[in-house]
Amino acid sequence: MSVKKRAIWVFGDYRNYFQNRATLQLLSRAMTLAKAIDAEVCAVVIGHEVGEYVMEYTAHGADKIYLTDHPSLKNYSMETYTVLMERLARREKPEIILIGATTFGREFASRVAKRLGTGLSADCIGLDINGEGLLVQMAPSFGGNLVAQIVTPERRPQMATVRPGTFAEIPHDYDRKSEVVQAPLPEDLPGDRVRLIESERCPQRGRKIEEAKVVVCGGRGMGSKKKFAKLFELAELLNGEVGATRPVVYADWADHDALVGQAGKHIKPQILFSFGISGAIQHTAACNDAKFIIAVNKNPNAAMMKKADVAIVADASQLCTALIQELKRCIR
Amino acid sequence: MLNIVVCLKQVPMVSELPWDPATGTLRRELAEGMMNPACRAALEAALRIREAQGGEITAITMGPKMAEEVLREAIALGADRGVLLNDRKMAGADTSVTSFTLARAIEKTCPEFDLVLCGFATSDSETAQVGPQLAEELDIPGVGYVDQIAVSGRTVRMQRLSDNFLETLEMDLPGLITVMTGAYIPRHVPMGGLQAAFDIADIVTLDAASLDLDPERIGVKGSATKILSVTSPLAGKKNVVLTGTPKRIVEQLFERFDDKIGGAIGKDLKADKKKRS
Repeated sequence: MSVKKRAIWVFGDYRNYFQNRATLQLLSRAMTLAKAIDAEVCAVVIGHEVGEYVMEYTAHGADKIYLTDHPSLKNYSMETYTVLMERLARREKPEIILIGATTFGREFASRVAKRLGTGLSADCIGLDINGEGLLVQMAPSFGGNLVAQIVTPERRPQMATVRPGTFAEIPHDYDRKSEVVQAPLPEDLPGDRVRLIESERCPQRGRKIEEAKVVVCGGRGMGSKKKFAKLFELAELLNGEVGATRPVVYADWADHDALVGQAGKHIKPQILFSFGISGAIQHTAACNDAKFIIAVNKNPNAAMMKKADVAIVADASQLCTALIQELKRCIR
Repeated sequence: MLNIVVCLKQVPMVSELPWDPATGTLRRELAEGMMNPACRAALEAALRIREAQGGEITAITMGPKMAEEVLREAIALGADRGVLLNDRKMAGADTSVTSFTLARAIEKTCPEFDLVLCGFATSDSETAQVGPQLAEELDIPGVGYVDQIAVSGRTVRMQRLSDNFLETLEMDLPGLITVMTGAYIPRHVPMGGLQAAFDIADIVTLDAASLDLDPERIGVKGSATKILSVTSPLAGKKNVVLTGTPKRIVEQLFERFDDKIGGAIGKDLKADKKKRS
C-alpha cells in the first residue's frame, strides 16, 4: 500500500459565493503551499445540492473534494458542521486546514481546532511554508499595527483562518478534474443545540465603506460642516465613499455610519484620501489595510501624515477644492 | 434568577500606546490598561439581563495582577463579584489554552452558571476565538457575534448578522454568547461605586495550583501555537511630502501618482494627460 499523500484542506464556505471569494483565494494559495510540502489540495463541501461548488472548487484548484450532501444540511449549522469536519479530519489527518475568515468561518475554525486539540491563528494576512516545512501564519493584531508570525510546530493539523482578499484566485479551468469522495452523514450525529429560527439575506447593511476601493476620510481639519460636505462631491468623482473621525461625527458633520475607527468601520481601500485628520490611533488602526494613503494636513508632523504614502502639507479644505476642480477637468 | 458569568480582558489602551516611531513597534510593557470594548458590551448585556430577570453576575479575568482593575470596574458597574486568574504559569496562553483555563475556573467558582457572556473579540489580538472555544470546553451551546439577547425562562433568543445573513437563533440554558461591540452601549461608571469597588470589594484570586491545573497544559507551555516573531508592517514605508499652493500640489499629485489614482477610480489618467499635451 502506498503512503497516504499529505493534504492541505480548504473549507468550502460557499454561502456568499459571489460576494466573497475567500474559498477560491485559499485554494489558489493552497496550490502554492502544496508544492512546497508535496501535498494535494482538498476542498471540504458540506450542504445540500452543492454540486455547483464542487465544480467551481475543482476548476479553481482542488484535487479532491470531500462532499457531505444531505437535505438536513440546507442551512449552515455551526454545531453540525463542526462535528462533520472534526470527524473527517480525524479520519483523514490533513496536514493543514485553511478556512476563510468570514464570521461563520472564524467561529467554526475555533471550534474545530479546539476539538482536534490543535492550534489556530486568526484572520491571517499571509501564509508561507518555512525551511522546516511548517505553515507560517501571519496574524495581525492591534488593528494591523503588528503582525505575528505564528507556527504550530507539533500538533496537527496546522490551522488558520485567512482574511478574504489576501490571495488572488486562479482563473477557472473547467477541464480540471478532481476526485470526489462522498462523506455520508453519520447516523449518530448529535442534535443541534442551537436552533435557527430565521435567516434572512441582507446584503446592504452598512457594509459599503468597508468594501469601497476609494475612501475619502475627513476630520476636524476640514474646518466646518459646510466645507466637510465637499468631501461627498470628491468621493462621488472618485467613485468612493466618505468616512469620518469621531469628533466630526460628534459635531454632526457626518452620520455615525461613516465613522472609521475602532468603534466604527474598518476600511481597506486601494486609496485612502485623508483630509484634516491628525491620526489618533483609534482611527488609524482602522485604516491600516488601506493600500495607499494620501493625507492632507497643515501640520506635517501629524501622525496621519507620517503614516501616509503621500503627505500633503496644505489646508485640507482648499486642497479638496483644488482636487475636485482637477478631477472634473480630467474625468470630463 | 440567573447565574451569569462575564469574561473580561484587560487590553492596552490604544490611544495611549507607547509606539516607537522608528521601528513601528509597540512598547507594550508601558501601556495603560483598559477593559476591552467588546467585553464592556458583554458586561452591559449581563447587567440588563439581570435587571429584567434578577440574579448574580460574576466577572472573571485572566491576566497580571494589574488586570484586577477591570474586575473592580465591573463591580463598580454592578457585578457581584470578581475572580482573577493570576499565575505566571498561565502567561503566554494561546486561545485554546485560555479557554481551557477559563472553563476550569468557571466550573470551580460558578458551577451552577446559567449564562456565560464574552466580548466577541479583543482589541489587542483580535482573534474572536476564545468565546467559541470556551463553549466547546464547557460543552454548552454557544452563539457568536450577537447583537440582541432576549431571555425568557430557560430559553435565550438571539439576533446576529452573520456574513450578510440576519439570523435569529435560540438555545436553552446553560449557554454562551459572544457580544458585538456597539450592541449594548455601556453605562458610565458611577464615581462613588468605583471608589467602593477599590476600597472594599473582594476579588478572589486563583492560581494554577488552586485550580488543579497541570502546568504543562497551560500558559505558553500548553499552547499549540508558537509566535516566531512580531513585526510592524508600518516600518519602512516611503513617505513622499508635497508642499506648495493647492493647485500646484494637485498637479504634482496627478503627475506622480496618476497610475495609483487612475487605477482606483478605473480611469486611465495617463491617456488623458497625453491627449492634453
